[in-house]
Order: sequence, then C-alpha cells, then structure tokens
Amino acid sequence: MGIVTKSYEPTFWDKLYFPALVKGLMVTLRYFFKRKVTIQYPDQKHIPPDGYRGLHRLNKYDDGRIRCVACEMCSAACPADCIEIVPGPAPWEEGKERYPVKFEIDLLTCIFCGFCEMACPEEAIELTEIYDFSDYSRDDLLIDRDGLLEIYELTKNQNYYSRTEESKTSET
Amino acid sequence: MDFLGFIIILVKVLVVFAATLLTVLLMIYSERRVSAFMQGRLGPNRVGPQGLLQPIADGIKFLMKEDIIPAGVDKPIFILAPAILLIPALMTFAVIPFGSDIILFGRQIPLQVADVNVGILYVLALTSIGVYGIVLAGWSSNNKYSLLGGLRSSAQLISYELAMGLAVVSIILLSGSLKLNDIVADQQGYFFSWNIFKQPLAFIIFLVAVYAETNRLPFDLSEAEQELVGGYHTEYSSMKFAMFFMAEYANMVTAAALTVTLFFGGWDFPLVNEASLGIWGVVLSVLSFVLKMGFFLFLFIWVRWTFPRFRYDQLMKLGWKVLLPLALFNIFITAGYLTVKSLA
Repeated sequence: MGIVTKSYEPTFWDKLYFPALVKGLMVTLRYFFKRKVTIQYPDQKHIPPDGYRGLHRLNKYDDGRIRCVACEMCSAACPADCIEIVPGPAPWEEGKERYPVKFEIDLLTCIFCGFCEMACPEEAIELTEIYDFSDYSRDDLLIDRDGLLEIYELTKNQNYYSRTEESKTSET
Repeated sequence: MDFLGFIIILVKVLVVFAATLLTVLLMIYSERRVSAFMQGRLGPNRVGPQGLLQPIADGIKFLMKEDIIPAGVDKPIFILAPAILLIPALMTFAVIPFGSDIILFGRQIPLQVADVNVGILYVLALTSIGVYGIVLAGWSSNNKYSLLGGLRSSAQLISYELAMGLAVVSIILLSGSLKLNDIVADQQGYFFSWNIFKQPLAFIIFLVAVYAETNRLPFDLSEAEQELVGGYHTEYSSMKFAMFFMAEYANMVTAAALTVTLFFGGWDFPLVNEASLGIWGVVLSVLSFVLKMGFFLFLFIWVRWTFPRFRYDQLMKLGWKVLLPLALFNIFITAGYLTVKSLA
C-alpha cells in the first residue's frame, strides 16, 4: 500500500474560486473571436491532403491511349474483389498489344485500400482526391471503363476541388 | 382611471410583452450562435440573414410536432405545469422600470408597466411560483428521471432563494424602499453610486443565486441531461416542451433585467441627467438599459459554455455553507454602517 500524498495544496486564491472562473471565461471569450474551423460543405469544399484515397481513375498516355494492359494484377490484389476486367487486343498500332475491353469497379464493394494502385505495373489505376460521389441507385455506383477515363480527365491536374471552386467564383 | 390612461397601460403591456418574447427568441438564437462561436463552429446561419429567423423555424417545427401525452401521466397537472412555469416568467417583467419617465399627451408616463410598492417582493414571489411548474411537471410525468429533476429543483430553490433574498435585503437597506423605481432613483448620478460599487459582495451572491434560480449552468441540476435524460421535461413534447424552453429563457431575461435594476443603476446612464434631455433622455435611458441587460444575457450564455455542472452536494454546500453566511455577514456590515451613519 502506497501512501497517498496531496501533490497540490490549494492556496487562498484558489479557494476564492472567482479568479479561476474569470480565467475560464477568458478562454471561451478568446475562442469566441477566433477564426472558425467550419467548412460550409456544399458551398466550400474540403480539399483532401496529398495521398488521399478517393474515387478511382484510369490513366491515359498523352496521345490518348489507355495505360492499362489488362494484366488483372489489380483485381488479384483487391481484397474486396470489386474489380472486373475483360482483356482484349488493343485497337492502336504501336505500343501495348492488350487493353481492357471491360474494366468495371463496384464502388459499393470497394474499401478504398489502394492495393490496386500499388499492384499496377503500368501506373494505370490510381485513386483520386474525389470524395463526394454518392448516388441514388446501386447501378449508378458501378463505374465502367469510360467512366474511369472521364475521371482521369477531371482530375489530371490534381486540383479537382480547387478548380471547381475557381470556376464557381468566376461565374458569380 | 380615464380612457387615455387605460390605452396607455394597454400599449405598455403589449410593448413589454412583445419585447420580452422577442428577446426570448433572440436568446434562443444567440445561445446557439454564441455556443458555436465558443467552440470554433459557425452555428445556424442559413435561415434568414445570419440565421436570424432560426428560432421562428424552430417554433414552427415545435407547433407541427405531435403532442404526446404518455399513458401513465396525471393529465390535468401534466397539461397545467408548462403554463405554471411560463406565465410567472412572463409576468415578472411588469414591475421592472426600463426607462426614465416620458412626457406624452401632456402627462408623465413612467416606462414601467406597474409601479408596485412591493416590487422586489413581487418578483421574488413570482419566481418562486415558477418552480412549482418544474416540480409538478416532474411529479405528474410518472417518470423517475422527471421526478428526480423536480426534486432537485425544489431543493435547489430552498438553498438559493434564501441567499438571494438576503443579498437583496442589503440593497433594500440602502435604498430604504421595496419599490424598484426608488432603487433605481437611489443609484442616479455619479458612476460610483451604482449598487455594484456599494455592495460588491451582495452582487456576487445575487449573481450566483440567480444562476441557480434560472436553472442555468453551472446549476442546471434539474435538467442534467447526462444523468437525468432530460430532467423534468423528459416526457414533454411539441409546444408543451417549447413552453418550458421559453420559460427558461424568459426567466433569464427577467433575471438579467433584475440584476441591472438592482446593481447597475437600472436605466441610468452614468453622469447624465436623463430628465433634462427630454425625449433624447428617454431614448438614452432605454438604450442604456437594453445594453446592460444584453451584457448580462450574454453572460448567461458565456457562463453556460464555460463551466461544468456542480455536483448535488457541492451545490447544497455552496448554498448553505458559503452564500448564506456571506449574505448574513453582508447585511450585518451594511446595517452597522447605516446605524453609525445615522448616529453621526
């Protein structure tokens, strides 16, 4: 059994209470005038930090060819098993011979772990910063190849949210 | 009483009633806004400019909600309780002078609904009646949490009303009158003639007691939501709940007005003789009253979002062992001073 010793003996000022109460009031008053941390969501959008794992995209080369070679490494790596790929011969002359005919991700099954991104040898699949992609039906949350390529067009400058913010302010 | 006098009183009653209700609405809005600001949030800012119409939206929502009367309640008392709480809360403001006399239609009209000669007693009596509303609501709800809330409220009232009354007694000793008008007149003139400078101890006791009286934090034991679900209004819904809500804020408005009247010179603006300025003097006095009251209303919110709640035994200890002896000591000193002064 240890002996309990009081580490702090209240002084006369502590026993008066009021100095401490005023100190407390000053703390809340300081916060009253401080800058607020609220982001008013639909009007202002939170910009996620680098490395945020949001909606997927399929990258393209500068000339418009799809980077993906349908090796299915991503669907093999996927712990949630949400990627479905059907490979086919690429329609373009030079470069890779395979490309995905069908590339479908079930966003409701996906856990956004980013393993597909790590597994990809061609840096074709990537997770973007987009976080607000809710929809009304399950079918709408199955994103196909063309949809993923469209996301690439939207996010290739890595500033999806700040750009929409700019376009909004220029409109008004 | 002649017809014009009747009309004047009617207008005063309506104006005071409307102003009280408007302040209640503003308080509900600012409670949410100020608490949000103190927590680094923004609070309601969507309904109307800066969210000012939010309390009206809340009111409409309350009116639309289903009014549930649970099966086991004591029906007549259950329905009556919110009214018992709300009506005295709205009535109390009647005796508070909120401006200097105005001269209209060739007669002097005091800016006060009723100049009762036992004004301060009237206020104390009515605030005590309000507690019956809480106790009866807790009792009739047939719910252990409600009952506990009501019980705590009555215990709290007994321990604080006494200290509050005794703090007021020292003011009455100074002014020599129970009339609130005389108490205000007693504080006219220089800045330091306000009672806060003459009776700082009484002010502190009164302020603490007022927070207990209005069931506000740090003394809101009767509705401690973490322990008692909702306290005495757990079983209430719809407009009945809104009435409890309004009564709480109306009590705050009255308490703030009373604090200003008793300790901060009422409508007195320091170093100015309002009577000599005509209509501008009246405007100035009303404005100064509203500003002072606004500060105390802000203080209510400010305190609520700063301090934690007292424990039940701490509350009792503070009331009986600290505030009551202090108040008695203060009366003793004041009475002694006045006796010495009258002898000299």
